[in-house]
Amino acid sequence: MINHIDLGTVLRRTVCDLYSDLVTRPTGAAVRSGIEQQLADAKERTLTVIDFTHVGLLDYSCADEIVAKLLVSYCEPAGERGNIARLVPPRDCYFLFKGVSDSHLDAIDAVLQRRGLALVAQTDDGISLLIGTVDDRERRAWEAVTRLGRAMPADIAGEVGLEEPQAEILLNGLSRRRLIMRFDEGYVAVGTGP
Amino acid sequence: MTTVINIPPSLDDRTFESVLQQLAPLPPDEKVLIDTRHTRWASPYGLTALLALAQTRAERPALYAPEADETASYWARAQFFRYAEGLFEMHGSVPRARGAGESDVLLEITPVAKSEDVHEVVGRIQSKAQAILAKELNLDPRATMGFAMTLSEACQNIVEHAGRGGWVAVQTYRWQKRLGRRVVQIAVCDAGIGFRQSLESAQARRGDRWDDAMALEDAVIRSVSRFRDAGRGQGLAGIRRYVGRWDGKLSIRSGTARIAIVPSWDEDIPLEEQLPPFPGAQVLITIPERTAAR
Repeated sequence: MINHIDLGTVLRRTVCDLYSDLVTRPTGAAVRSGIEQQLADAKERTLTVIDFTHVGLLDYSCADEIVAKLLVSYCEPAGERGNIARLVPPRDCYFLFKGVSDSHLDAIDAVLQRRGLALVAQTDDGISLLIGTVDDRERRAWEAVTRLGRAMPADIAGEVGLEEPQAEILLNGLSRRRLIMRFDEGYVAVGTGP
Repeated sequence: MTTVINIPPSLDDRTFESVLQQLAPLPPDEKVLIDTRHTRWASPYGLTALLALAQTRAERPALYAPEADETASYWARAQFFRYAEGLFEMHGSVPRARGAGESDVLLEITPVAKSEDVHEVVGRIQSKAQAILAKELNLDPRATMGFAMTLSEACQNIVEHAGRGGWVAVQTYRWQKRLGRRVVQIAVCDAGIGFRQSLESAQARRGDRWDDAMALEDAVIRSVSRFRDAGRGQGLAGIRRYVGRWDGKLSIRSGTARIAIVPSWDEDIPLEEQLPPFPGAQVLITIPERTAAR
């Protein structure tokens, strides 16, 4: 199931119909609450496209309230290595961020780095970018999955210089971080579709 | 008894210290008259700090307006008198106030007390900032959005931490003596609880040294926040990044200390202590014109 959430619409519906800038923590908290209400209806695995196209300014405080706190609920931060006790996502949700400008990226990357989180953003010409805290091996594995479209641990092992079992651990970690999706027949990068 | 506080001919963040030195020995309930008659020029910091100063006095202070028509006219365009009239007993000739947005000031003095005020400030600055920052200061267009983000975060410092309202103002002007270039300055001043008291509310235990200077170091250098949430403290960190990227200067005064992120073109002191006390926080961000060689 794919959800599409236009942040400009959520902002005007939840805060003020005259605003186009995502600034201040109270605004961010209200917008995140609006997003979570939409996600609450999801019963199965969902990919939620969060669209920044109609957002003017995004400041650090608002980026933290909307993007980072949303991801904290659903995604494992870097270095957690499957600590299930710490993270019980309320739903099997994945996120793709679209319409993100350079200035949005600046704020988003800063708040992700602060909390050890990462996400996938898609540029207007369809190129996927991995933003936030990822180590070199995770990035190479994610890029390989994105390039291949669908991948098994054996496909990735050679790309990142690991044995197959270690490659599977790496891919499962990326899956818990909600950067790739795991299916019975392999792994698919968020945004490329199964 | 009323004590006259003489405001210097040029009022900025440096010369405002002489105002605070005059006030330091006076009890808060002593009547003061702020005499700006001989003041010819004031920076955004000077004007917003004067308003914050009025908030610190238990007895409503008096203010004598500048005698020079040009100066008084500029202060009126910057909306200084609009807010001063609510805080001071006004004396002298005060020009008729104009509506906000009708002047050459980049952002007139604007009160900030709640989240909605920050939206208002950000919305107003963006329409003017793009043209002025690019044309007058030769800043990259990317700097404009970052400028508005920086302004937003600086204003939120009041909303989140001050405990009372403050003011913001933005202006560009030529800094002939200090730099020989144009600069844009953001001044955000409040007379709230200040950094030390704000951080004290979250610090269970402190070592031997805990004062205004250490609170400023914690907040500005180490991004410490009074909130336990790991995502807090990013506003000042973001301001520092922006200032660093565009070769600017950040200076924050709170209580009896002042910390500065000093660029190569300035010779300020990174940390000043034992200044005359002044409540709240006074933030000054200076971004210089880009020259061809840079």
